[in-house]
Order: sequence, then C-alpha cells, then structure tokens
Amino acid sequence: MRIAVASGKGGTGKTTVATSLALSLANEQNIRFLDCDVEAPNAHLFLNPSFTKRQDAAILIPEIDAEQCTLCGKCVEVCQFHALAKVGKSILTFAQLCHGCGSCTWNCPVNAIQEIPNPIGKLESGLTPESIQFSRGVLTISEPMSTPIIRQLKRWEQPQPEQLTILDSPPGASCAVVETLRGADFALLVTEPTPFGLHDLNQIIGIVQEFNIPAGVVVNRDGIGNDVINAFHDKHNIPVLLRIPFSLEIAAGLSAGTSLIEIKPDLRQEFLHMFTQITRIVKTTEEGEK
Amino acid sequence: MLTPNSQAKQLILLSGKGGTGKTSLSAAFAHLSQKSGHPIPAIFVDADVDAANLGLVLQPDGAQQHEFWGGSIAEIDPENCIGCGRCEEVCRYDAALPTDEKHTLYEIDPLACDGCAACVYACPQDAINMTRQQEGLWFHSHAKYGDIFHAELFPGKENSGKLVTTIKQQARLAAEDNAIPLLIIDGPPGIGCPVISASAGADLALIVTEPSKAGIHDLKRIFETLRHFRIPALICINKADIYPQGVQEILRYADEQQSEVIAEIPFDASITHAMVQGQPVTVYAPHSPASRVIHDLWSTVVQRLNQTED
Repeated sequence: MRIAVASGKGGTGKTTVATSLALSLANEQNIRFLDCDVEAPNAHLFLNPSFTKRQDAAILIPEIDAEQCTLCGKCVEVCQFHALAKVGKSILTFAQLCHGCGSCTWNCPVNAIQEIPNPIGKLESGLTPESIQFSRGVLTISEPMSTPIIRQLKRWEQPQPEQLTILDSPPGASCAVVETLRGADFALLVTEPTPFGLHDLNQIIGIVQEFNIPAGVVVNRDGIGNDVINAFHDKHNIPVLLRIPFSLEIAAGLSAGTSLIEIKPDLRQEFLHMFTQITRIVKTTEEGEK
Repeated sequence: MLTPNSQAKQLILLSGKGGTGKTSLSAAFAHLSQKSGHPIPAIFVDADVDAANLGLVLQPDGAQQHEFWGGSIAEIDPENCIGCGRCEEVCRYDAALPTDEKHTLYEIDPLACDGCAACVYACPQDAINMTRQQEGLWFHSHAKYGDIFHAELFPGKENSGKLVTTIKQQARLAAEDNAIPLLIIDGPPGIGCPVISASAGADLALIVTEPSKAGIHDLKRIFETLRHFRIPALICINKADIYPQGVQEILRYADEQQSEVIAEIPFDASITHAMVQGQPVTVYAPHSPASRVIHDLWSTVVQRLNQTED
C-alpha cells in the first residue's frame, strides 16, 4: 500500500504527520519512506537515516556532434521547450530548459545527436534506527525542475512485497504534487483550521479527485483558527481521521527535530487507529472497483 | 529611491519551507506601505499561484480576468490509431497507454503527459495532435491598499513558473504606466522553477524563516539559491521565541554569510486571528507584540530598498 501525505498549503505539518505515521508503525510494518519534497526536504531531520546509497538524478540532454550536424534544424523544430536554437552555424543547447524527452535525438536525420546525463540533483537512501527504508531526492541549488527527480526517486528502489510506502509530498498543487500522488492508494491531506489551510485543501482535492484516490484529512494545530474544516467535510464527504491539538510544547519539540510521537507518546495510539481506518478505506475502495 | 520617477523596485518574500508566514507578512506590508507618514504607492503580486492566499486578506475584486494558456498536451485520434504502440515506446512519462488488453487503441493520460510531442513525431499514422491547454486564470484587481496581480493555477497543471512570469510582467507594466515605485511580491515556497521565476529581477529578498531545524535547513537552501542569482537577501525570523537555540543558529549563519537578521517576530496568536478575520495583523491588532516588530521591520525594509541600486 502507498500512502501519500500532501497538503496544498506549505507548513501545515505534512512531514510531522508522515514521519510520525512511519515511526508509529515501524515495529509492526516493513516501511519504505520517500521524501518527495525535493526542493525543501526535511523528513531526514526527524527520522535520522544513515545514507548508504547515493546516485545522481539526471536528465538526458542532447549532445550534438558538430561534424555530423547538417544544421537542418529538425531538432529545433521538434523541441517543444525551446531548449535548442540554431544560432549562426551551430545548434545551441539550453540544458535548464530541456525536459529530457529524447525527441530531438530520435528525429535527427543524420544521427548527430547522442544523449548525455545532466545531473540536476541526487537520490540518497539508507536505513533509519527503526529500520525504515528511507530515501529522498534533493534538487541542486539553482536548478528549476523538481518533478523529474520525484519520478526517478519513486522508481529508484522497488518496494518489497507487503511493504508500506509513505510518500511525503511537496506543498502546492502543481506537477510535482501530481507526480507524488500518481499511483498512491490513499491521500492523507494535512491542513490547519484557517482560511489559508481550507483554500489550499480545496486546490489539492482537485488532483485527488482526478486520480480518483480515496482521501482523509488530518487537522493539525487544532484550535488555532476557526473550524472551517467541518464545512469541507460536509461538501466533499472526506473523513477527518485525526486532529492534532495546537500546543507550544509540540511546536518547540518539532523545532528541535524531535518527532511528534516522541513529544506526545499518547498520540501513537491515535496514529495506529488512523492507519487502521486508512487500511479499511483502501480495502473497501479496491473491492468497490472490482 | 522609492520615488514615482524611477523604475519600480521589487521586494520579494521567500522562505524555502512553507508556512513560515510569508503571506501574513506580505499583507501587513501592503497595509503599512499605505499607512505610514510617507505612504509609498505599491502594487502587490501573489506569486504563489498554486496556493494563492494573499487575496484572502487583501480581498481583490477580480476586476480584470484573463485566461492563462500554458503548454500543449498530446491527443490521439481514435479513428486513425492502429494500436502499433510506437507512442508508448517513445514516451518517457508513461502517458501513452493502451485502452484495452489487446492493445487495439492507445490514449494519452493528460495528467501524465509532459507535452514533449515525441509521440506526435513517432506516430506512423499521424494520429496524434498537440492541443493547447488552458492551465489557469490570472487577474488584475483593485484591492485594499492598492492593485494586486494574482492567479489561479488549475489543480495539477504544469507551468506554474510561466504563470508567475506572466503576472509579474503585467505588474511591472502597470507600475510603469502609473509611476508606481514598488512591487511587493509574495513568493512561493521551495527553491525551484516558480521561485526562480518569481525572483527574477528582484532588488531585495526578505527571507521569512522560523527557528526550527526544518526552517533553518530550508533557509540555507533559499539563501544559496538567491546568492546564485545575485539577489541581495535579508532574513527575518518568525515565531522567534518558540525555540531560542534555533535563533542563535540563524544569527550565526547570517553572520557567516554576511547577511543580516533584521527582525525577530515573536509567536503571536493574533497573526492567525487576523488571518481568520481576513485582515492584516497590523490592522487587526496594531499593538500586539508581532505588529510592533513588523512596524519596525517595514521601516528597515524601506530603508534597505532605498539603498539598493537603481
């Protein structure tokens, strides 16, 4: 089973919830944890993995053999992202615009293009002290494209049978979040009870509904704002699975890098209960599809 | 100088980590820019287009609405498809898939399609066409304290960077036409494409961080990103009293990087209460501990903007 933890709004507690869910279940489940927030990855601060495996995350970009190139301009024509341009007597490549689709290479009539990897980030993995199989992607500073790294991270290490995968999503509701949610069996949406939280929750619901995956809501910092979440529940019929109260003690503990269930051990039972509910919802959904 | 005669200065609020208070602070700046003894005409830009919240406080009227057309995606004409599967072979995004087990027809998953058109050129039947997508809306609105440019990216769409570039360009043109000297840009979280688009041409970045391990980790990433693009960056710490050790670490970091922490805003529930009321905190609770610090912060920011080169 794959559970993606997402939110729309940033800073609502995705990583807090994803890491606490992983730690709560670590004794009874074989867990694979993917930190897909490759622009601002933070889950390692709470799970403390020892990274033992590293690999570049790269996009395949064109390298043009000037001796063979006839300057016909076919590659410039087929590229949809303006990553190639004919300037004077050469074809220029703009690596940061290239999506690595391969189209220019295949369409070159004289086979003057070969693909070379252009690293835009890295993938890292290792075990946490609780034996959670942790991996993450990290976007290199100044590189624009995070989505290809998420795609590679998800394919990098195949899940073992019966393994529970928890994906910690980036904020927002654009392509990087789509890539994280693709193939998930359940979307766990973390929000805070404020107008900002509700607005952005409605954005991400659009994606969840297009994928047609079951979802549940976690209300974090319950008590700080107004109760706008009940209205959301009434409209979309998505259950609220967990409420985490606001407290300065929790805020201070998380700031120090302590996980939520270490700060509030009582919450472990609630996370386990939530997981039971998620399992039931996923099972019911699968049976409904059959 | 922030005078109507010069090209508009661009102030951008960024954070790396989400939820540190960029939008609450942007809204307070919008208010303070018009309130103080010497009001500075300003245009506001909500550059966080996939979680656009500044409007929830500044209450824009949506006066001018425009369609945003982003890239194209592939579509297979089922009449001409012979089920050869070439599209699936060339697609690196798993977007071209057979519609049935016998592979008699293929179709494109619009959520997976990257718009590269590799399949269009590979299809022996010419059965695939690219169709442009409307990916969102953008607005030029009148709002409290001035005009605002904002947008809605439709859920799950690409090109948020391009949409950010669009509204920033429009805001700059409007500033030029009306001799407005300042753009206040509420930036997106992260360090990637939308952040790079939102920061292009900025005169000064204010990094809004929090004194947590995660906040500091991401502060460093956004700081390095801004340095790469040669944008001067100052730091302010929100919720500063929650974890004093974190504040010390940020002060040390700022020192090492020859940057500066120009404000420490205490944790203050009135910031959230103001958001619930749809008001800037400096309006909702002008004498709250947070509002007092934000007043001084705004004065410092104006002073620093005046020192940036024209």
